[in-house]
Amino acid sequence: MPNSPTSPLSASVLPATDSAENLRRRRWRMTKDRLASYGVAMGGMAVILAIVLIFFYLLFVVLPLFSSADVERVAEYDLPSHNAGSAASLHLAMEEQAEIGFRLSADGRAVFFDLHNGTLINEVSLELPVGAEISSFAAGEPGPARFALGLSNGTALIARHVYNVSYPNDQRQITPVISYPLGEEPLEIDEDGEALKQIAFQEGEEMATVVAETADGRLLLTHFLKEESFMDDVPELEREQVLLSFNEQSRTQQSRAQQSQTQIVQLLLDKEQRNLYIIRADGSLIHFDVSDKTEPRQLQQLRLVDAGLNVTSVQFLTGDVSLLVGDSSGRVVQWFSVRDDRGNHTLKPIRDFTEQSHAISGLAPEFGRKGFIAADVNGQIAIYHSTAQRLLLAKSASEVAINKIAIAPRANALLVENINGGLSFWRIDNEHPEISWTSLWGKVWYESYEAPVYAWQSSAADDDFEPKLSITPLVYGTLKAAFYAMLLAMPLAIFGAIYTAYFMAPKMRQIVKPSIETMEALPTVILGFLAGLWLAPLMEENLPGIFCLLIVVPLGVLIFGFFWHQLPGAIRHRIPDGWEAALLVPVVLLLGAASFGLSEPLEIALFDGNMRSWMSNELGIGFDQRNALVVGLAMGFAVIPTIFSITEDAVFSVPKHLSFGSLALGATPWQTLVRVVILTASPGIFSAVMIGMGRAVGETMIVLMATGNTPVMDFSIFQGMRTLSANIAVEMPEAEVDSTHYRVLFLAALVLFSFTFIFNTLAEIVRQRLRTKYSSL
Amino acid sequence: MKSEIKQWFKSGDPWVTLTAGAVSVSLILVFGLLLLIAARGLGHFWPATLWEYDYKKLDDSVVRLVGEIHDTESVDAQRLRDAGIDIIGDAEVIRYLVKTGNRDVTGQDFRWILEPSIQAKRNPETLMTVERREWGNLYGYLNAVQENQQTVVVGKGVWESLQERLLRVTELFAEIRDLEKGEIGTINYGLERLRLRERALELENNTDPVARDSIKQERAEFNKEYAGLQQKLTDLYKAINRDQMMVTVSTGETIMVPLSKVVHAYRPNEMSLPDKLVFYIAKVWEFVSDEPREANTEGGIFPAIFGTVMMVIIMAIMVVPFGVVAAVYLREYAKQGPLTQLIRIAVNNLAGVPSIVYGVFGLGFFVYFLGGNLDQLFFPEALPTPTFGTPGLMWASLTLALLTVPVVIVATEEGLSRIPKSVREGSLALGATKAETLWRTVLPMASPAIMTGLILAIARAAGEVAPLMLVGVVKLAPSLPLDGNMPFLHLDRKFMHLGFHIYDVGFQSPNVEAARPLVYATALLLVVVIVALNLFAITIRNRLREKYRTLEN
Repeated sequence: MPNSPTSPLSASVLPATDSAENLRRRRWRMTKDRLASYGVAMGGMAVILAIVLIFFYLLFVVLPLFSSADVERVAEYDLPSHNAGSAASLHLAMEEQAEIGFRLSADGRAVFFDLHNGTLINEVSLELPVGAEISSFAAGEPGPARFALGLSNGTALIARHVYNVSYPNDQRQITPVISYPLGEEPLEIDEDGEALKQIAFQEGEEMATVVAETADGRLLLTHFLKEESFMDDVPELEREQVLLSFNEQSRTQQSRAQQSQTQIVQLLLDKEQRNLYIIRADGSLIHFDVSDKTEPRQLQQLRLVDAGLNVTSVQFLTGDVSLLVGDSSGRVVQWFSVRDDRGNHTLKPIRDFTEQSHAISGLAPEFGRKGFIAADVNGQIAIYHSTAQRLLLAKSASEVAINKIAIAPRANALLVENINGGLSFWRIDNEHPEISWTSLWGKVWYESYEAPVYAWQSSAADDDFEPKLSITPLVYGTLKAAFYAMLLAMPLAIFGAIYTAYFMAPKMRQIVKPSIETMEALPTVILGFLAGLWLAPLMEENLPGIFCLLIVVPLGVLIFGFFWHQLPGAIRHRIPDGWEAALLVPVVLLLGAASFGLSEPLEIALFDGNMRSWMSNELGIGFDQRNALVVGLAMGFAVIPTIFSITEDAVFSVPKHLSFGSLALGATPWQTLVRVVILTASPGIFSAVMIGMGRAVGETMIVLMATGNTPVMDFSIFQGMRTLSANIAVEMPEAEVDSTHYRVLFLAALVLFSFTFIFNTLAEIVRQRLRTKYSSL
Repeated sequence: MKSEIKQWFKSGDPWVTLTAGAVSVSLILVFGLLLLIAARGLGHFWPATLWEYDYKKLDDSVVRLVGEIHDTESVDAQRLRDAGIDIIGDAEVIRYLVKTGNRDVTGQDFRWILEPSIQAKRNPETLMTVERREWGNLYGYLNAVQENQQTVVVGKGVWESLQERLLRVTELFAEIRDLEKGEIGTINYGLERLRLRERALELENNTDPVARDSIKQERAEFNKEYAGLQQKLTDLYKAINRDQMMVTVSTGETIMVPLSKVVHAYRPNEMSLPDKLVFYIAKVWEFVSDEPREANTEGGIFPAIFGTVMMVIIMAIMVVPFGVVAAVYLREYAKQGPLTQLIRIAVNNLAGVPSIVYGVFGLGFFVYFLGGNLDQLFFPEALPTPTFGTPGLMWASLTLALLTVPVVIVATEEGLSRIPKSVREGSLALGATKAETLWRTVLPMASPAIMTGLILAIARAAGEVAPLMLVGVVKLAPSLPLDGNMPFLHLDRKFMHLGFHIYDVGFQSPNVEAARPLVYATALLLVVVIVALNLFAITIRNRLREKYRTLEN
């Protein structure tokens, strides 16, 4: 402010320092200052929190995968419509919404009741023929809710509990009814009219099969072909019957005791009506192949439990491929057929669940997942998942022994009947049973696989399909891609950076450094596009040339260097020191062209004209067009700038007096470089490699476009892979929100996040320490 | 010799040469890549010579082929013989990939032909290329021009007449598009708003007859307006469908092509170099300013450019204030200690976290969580159709802002740390408060650094594709996110993006071969923009460094 020295102070335009206006202004300025500091602090914290939020949000989405199940008792009541003293229920079930329960009593009454309080909704007496009693019971597939009753007159009645949903006045109303899909008339099974002691039943689109054991010990397989009937809903049936017999010698000479041992306790027929399993009292199982209904074959006979134990409960796991066998020691074992080398199928125990210590009295498989609930005579229930081999919950559900359990179709409710005729209704909260440490990272033996495998296969067209969510192949693919990328990038970037920082003329360095660094921002989608559509076919055509390149270029450069060295100084000194790299550009170009030119002759001379077929014929190496080599080249190119830039900085900032000292002591420039400069800069180079690695691990577009995205675990350079990031990009848009698949993809993101975060932090700490070290030098 | 080699190895020079070789290879890779993209991308727009071949097929019959050479390669004769092709001689055989067009006639766009089987080739001047809105290019000879199914011009003057009529058709086409996208689009948008308003009233159980009446009235007005426009549109369609041309194609067939389906018709063989240049520039302009045709494989990429720019601008608006505030906090306000150091490292590292992770976060947190809740609160009338609960422009920008905020923080912090302490102390000594010092002195001095951060952030955001695939990019957006309808900027809309365009057209399109040149051109555009931005940022950074170096001394 120009203030003439002669003017009196009072004439100043500034208010007096202690005037009210000035004080107010000062206060206002202070307030502003404080506000600014609060504002900045809050804003800064908010941004940093937002960044931290990423990690916690990912974790928040992933964590429910590992939470165990939860059950809660909603209601407890006596068995509805239960006459004291009469036998327990034959069957318990629930409808889809878990609002209405269904119970079949031993005297043939179908009872529908409100699950929340046990009040009776409807009671229907099944239409049994006069004089006939129910002598056996079998449930079909749980979804369509069909069941079969074996009667004392040798016939079987097939019925179904159906729930009609209607919306009068916009209110959902569920009306339970009993229907008879094969007619109200019982089907004749035994022409002799003997009672059916045991029965198994399945009905499909086109046929139905009933297997029954009669009171006099005959085992009858009755097959019904359905034919569309125009008259009414009930199809006409074509009946066919065979007598099943075991290959067991001296069956007639068995003693009475033995006979009670070999008594059939349960018959199980799978929903495809192809496999029949006969369980006997001594814990043995006989497996029949009944795909040809006229000619059943006995496949196998084996013991399900160790001597001294009894089989107490057997059920199919959903899909009807696996058998769940519960025994008197409380163990549940999953069995399924495994094909051996010769193509024979044999039942094998796959995994066991040993949480319970009392005899298993009920097994309830979930409808849509491979989970199940086991109840025992001690009143305990346990929720398991078979494939994940995971115990989700064990809880005492009843004071007395449990007699029967039933699970809701959506696996969100459970009905428990105890031996005293009490019924309790439970809510289940069990969102993600299929995920466990082993199912995510380990080898898992899936149904109808020959051996345990690592597999990622998250979706399929089939309903019975079980998602295979092992992220090991993805992590493997990620590391493989990163490995091949680093294989190319590390030597090029590190050597290049060393030369640029240490030998290159400053003028050239000013051009080279920014031009390589600019490539760091090159959109990877462009690299991926070039790799997939230009490089991959080019490489397929010139495979020998590519390998030739790896040998010819370094060798050629060396040879050129030697001859250059031998040239008279007059020529040599025309190229100033530090410009060798520019001189080598045409040389490398020539060498590259030469290698490509050699490609075809080499292929003809060494590989019978086609290297790819030669490899697959002679070496058994398969060739994918979009393979690890393509990815390695393209992604290597993408990480070169990152590694180059950091290495160059590290080498360049090594204090000059160190190298001067070394040179002054008579070391050659190369010796100085290797023994002094690189040694000092090595932590920086290490951090460059780490950061480059982090970038290669997380790169998405290149691998998405330049590989076939098949999740194979094969380290071959000629095979593709699927990486974590590409997998997320492919599957995330289709994953249903909050489903297991969705959360596993979040887990993949979390793994990527942690991976790169750890790499980068390591690199950063090393770099910080390097910085302190330099400043002390 | 041997001792010389030994001597040479002892000197360490071979290793120096090798490291120099590594630099050369890196440089070749970098510039080779740029050249490759440039060559392939720029060549696409040049009017290629049309050739007419008499070509001997495998069964010795001779056919006539017309097309432009798309690719040339030499194949080993032996390999061809293995494939069952009868070739004499044992040297290399040249073969061409010829774009024969006429997909509607022959069913294929491209075919390989072998040099030795070409009996004769000509490039007649009257051969023309017709770019169509459907079915790709057509190659053939113009016979006649028809008007309302009546031949009006044949022979001499037919070419000029065609060009005249094409001009008219192009104008009509633009008019129709303006009408459909502009006025009719506005009406449709208005009707949709009315439907939502009505639904909102329903949800509030508001039975106010006045509100309902006003909706009814507005709807009636819209419908009336629409009826008028519909009539106009019908007339325009009638006008545009008036003309067609008769073209003889290579098979000898004569086909009728309605002019309304034609974009350009030109005779590349009679064009002089200046003509070609003019044509080339026009084509480049069309490429950057026009809308895509034929599932993005032809036409321009304007919506993708526009979408990219919009997203980047919105991202920049969000990222700069937050990034700068965070950097200022870390550098000027936070207590410098191990915790701040830790935060700094963490922020630094976030720049290295894979972008797809941000995409996953954006999808889960922004789209499903924030967006879903916003819909519940503010747009219940549109449900179950999500408004913000689905990927869109806003979430994409926000996700990328989060992705690039570490870049801005790091760059700004570096700028702040380079400002000498003396500057701050001087300001404080003169009685300025900390906030005033910051606002009047420090931030202006750091502004180039902030700019650098911003430019780097923009460069990164413009090239990022993976996260956008999850949070808002689509292959074909029906409308731009910015238009004349209230509220003008539609943050909930999905948008197109250059990078995704490359991925989509290059890998998901049905006709990859035909689309490839376009992808190269798109890639070139993206590379040029990003390299330019980066070079700009580097220049600013260097200048900044120089400036404060002098200040310090």
